[in-house]
Amino acid sequence: MESELQKAGKDQKLMEREVAVGKERVDTPVRDVTTSFKAPRRWGETIIQGLLFLCGIVSIFTTVGIVYVLGHESWLFFGKPDVSIFEFLTGTVWQPSIGLFGIMSLVNSTLLTSAIAMLVAIPLGLGAAIYLSEYADQRIRKVLKPVLEILAGVPTVVYGYFALTFMTPILRGLFGKDTVEIYNVASAGIVMGIMIIPLVSSLSEDALSSVPRGLREASYGLGATKLETALQVILPAALSGIIAAIILAVSRAIGETMIVAIAAGAGPKPAFFLNPFQAAETMTGHIARISGGDLSYNTVQYNSIFAIGMTLFVITLLLNVLSRRIVARFREEYE
Amino acid sequence: MPDMFQDAHSDDFKNNLPQRKQRGKLGQTLFLISTVVGIIALLALLYNITNEMFGLVAVQYQTDPATLSDRPLSELSQPELVTILEENISRGLFRRYDREAPIAERSREDLLALIDERVVGSQIVAAYPAIDSIIDRAAIEAEVAEKYPEARVEWKSWLNPDFVASPMSSTPLFAGVRTALLGSLWMISITILVAVPIGVGAAIYLEEYASHESMINKVIQANINNLAGVPSIIYGMLGLAIFVRALEPITSGAAFGIAGNNGRTLLSAALTMALLILPIIIISAQEAIRAVPRSLRLASYGIGATKWQTIRSHVLPVAFPSILTGIILAISRAIGETAPLILVGASTYIVTDPNGPFSNFTALPIQIYNWTSQPQAEFRNLAAAAIIVLLTVLLSMNAIAVYLRNRFQRQL
Repeated sequence: MESELQKAGKDQKLMEREVAVGKERVDTPVRDVTTSFKAPRRWGETIIQGLLFLCGIVSIFTTVGIVYVLGHESWLFFGKPDVSIFEFLTGTVWQPSIGLFGIMSLVNSTLLTSAIAMLVAIPLGLGAAIYLSEYADQRIRKVLKPVLEILAGVPTVVYGYFALTFMTPILRGLFGKDTVEIYNVASAGIVMGIMIIPLVSSLSEDALSSVPRGLREASYGLGATKLETALQVILPAALSGIIAAIILAVSRAIGETMIVAIAAGAGPKPAFFLNPFQAAETMTGHIARISGGDLSYNTVQYNSIFAIGMTLFVITLLLNVLSRRIVARFREEYE
Repeated sequence: MPDMFQDAHSDDFKNNLPQRKQRGKLGQTLFLISTVVGIIALLALLYNITNEMFGLVAVQYQTDPATLSDRPLSELSQPELVTILEENISRGLFRRYDREAPIAERSREDLLALIDERVVGSQIVAAYPAIDSIIDRAAIEAEVAEKYPEARVEWKSWLNPDFVASPMSSTPLFAGVRTALLGSLWMISITILVAVPIGVGAAIYLEEYASHESMINKVIQANINNLAGVPSIIYGMLGLAIFVRALEPITSGAAFGIAGNNGRTLLSAALTMALLILPIIIISAQEAIRAVPRSLRLASYGIGATKWQTIRSHVLPVAFPSILTGIILAISRAIGETAPLILVGASTYIVTDPNGPFSNFTALPIQIYNWTSQPQAEFRNLAAAAIIVLLTVLLSMNAIAVYLRNRFQRQL
C-alpha cells in the first residue's frame, strides 16, 4: 500500500512536473523543443547574394563607362572652336594638323577594307559551313572544324604581320609593284576576311544544322540532288541565321584594328576612293596610330579619337543589336 | 534550276539528270575547296613565320675580335674582359654602365655580351628568309661578298634562348623579348585575379539568383551580350580615360606611396583587359552553370542545404571543367589582344623587367606590332620569332586547359 501510495505520489509529482513543463511551454516557449518551419535568416547568404549581384552590375558600369567616356570626350571635341558636328559627319578630309576633321574619309577606308573582307569571308565561310553541315561525315568534320577554329584563335597582330609580309608581296607580284603600294587596303582586307571565315562558318553552320531534318528528307524524296537541297531548301530556311552571322562578321571587320594598323597604311586620303591597292587609314587604324605616339591629353587630337570611337561604337552596336534581333526571330520559327 | 521539279515526267528530266549530278559534284568540290582555303591560309601563315624565323644573315664587325686580344675572347678571365671594355669604349659610356651595375662585379657572360655589343659591334647588314637561304646559299654568299666585303655569312635562328632571355635592344642582333614576355605574364596574372571572380560571380548571380523576368536582370543580360561585340579598341579608350587618367593616383601607385609613375602601368592595362574579357567569361560560365542538371540542385535543397551551400558544393564543382575552359579561352584572347594596350600606353622601349603592378611595361603583342612596323628587314625576323613565343604561350595555355578539363572530369 505504502509503496502504491508512494507510487501515486511519484505519479502525482510527475504529473505536476509535466503540468509545470506544459505551463512553462505556454509561458515561455523553449527553442529546441518547438520545430519552426521558417528558415532562420542567414546573413551570410544575403551578403553572398549581394556580392554576386555586384559582380553582375560591373558589366553595367562598363557600358555606362564606355558611353560616358566617349560621350564626354566627344562633347569636348565638338566644343572646340574649329570643329563642328556637321563638318565632322560630312567632311571628306581628315587632317588634324590643319584642323580638318571630316570622318568620311576614314569611314570610306573602313567600309572598303570591310567590303573586301566580306568578299573573302562570306563565300568561303558559307561554303565551309555548307560543306561541314551537309557533306562532311563525322570523321572529317571532327578534324576540319577545330583546324578552322584555330584561325579564330590567332591574335590579330599576327594576322597583321601575315598581311604585310606575305599577302602584300603576293599582291605586288601579281599586279605589279607600280599599281600596288606597300601598304594597301586589299592586303589588309583579304587577310581580315581570312580571319573572319571561322566566325561566318561556325555561326552559319549552327543555322544550317538547326534546319529540321524533315525538310532535307522531303527534298531528297522529291528527287533533288544534294546540291539542290542545300542551295534551294536548306539555305533559304536558314537564311535569317546566316544573315545574322554576316552582320556580326561585318561588325567585327569594322572594329578590327591591328590588321589595318599594320598593313593598310596611313596618311590622309580623299573620301570616295575605291582603289584597293592604295594605302588608306581606317577609323581604327587612325586611332591606333595617333594614340601610339606621345599623345598629350586635352588636345583636339586627343579628343578627336574619342569622337571616332563614338562613331565606331554606335555603328558596331547597331549591327550587333540588329544581328541579335534577327537571330531571336529565327529561333521563334523553329522552336 | 528553279523549275527542276515541274517537268519531272518529261524526257527533259532524264536528259538533265547527268548534268544535275555533275553540277552537284562541282558544288561539293567548291564547298570543300572553301573549307580547305582556311586551312591553307593557316599553313601559309605558319610557313611565313617559320620562313622569317630562320635564315642566313650577314654579320659585320666594327672591330675584329682578333685585334682585341691574342686569345679568343671567350677564354679570357673576368678582369681581362673588364680591361678590354675599359680600353675600348668611351669613358662616359663606361661610367654609365658602371652606374647601372658595377662593371668590376659583373659576370663574364654579361661582360662578353657588352663587349660584343659595344666593342666588337657586330651588326647584321643583311638577312635572308629560310627558304632562299637553303636553296640559294651560294648566290646569297656571292651577293654578300660583293656588297659587304667585310661581312661574314652565317646561319641564324632568330628564336633562341638568348632571344627569350634578353631585354629589348635597338640592335636587332641583341634584341629579345624578356621584358615583353614578363610584361604579358604580369598583366595576365592581374587580369585573371580581377576578371575570374567577378565573371564567375556574375554568371552565378544571373543563372542561380536572378529571376529571369525581372527588369534589371534582363538589362544586365542584354548588356553583357552587347559588350561582347564591342570592338577591343573601344575598351582601350575606356581604359585610357578611366584607369590611366581618372584613376591615375591609384593605378600609378601614388596612393600607395609609390611615386614617379604615370597611370600607364600594368595595373591599368590589366584592369582594361579584365573588362574586355569579362563578357566572355560570364557568357561561357553561364552556359556551364545552365548545363548542370536541375535534379542535383533539388536533391541538395531536399536535404536542407541553403542556396549558397548548394551552389558551392554541388553546382560549381560539376560546372567547373566547362567554366575553366571558358576562362582559358578568354585569357588566350587577352594575351593576344593588342589594340587596347596601344591605347593604355604599353611603351615599346622598356628594358627593365616589370617588378609589380605599378611599373610601366611592354607586352608581347605590342613588341610584335612595333617590330613589324619597322622598315628594316631584320626586325621582321625578330617579329616572327616573337610571334612564335606568343603562339607558344597561347598553345600551352590551351594545353593546360585540355589537361585540367580531362583531369577534373575524371574525378567527377
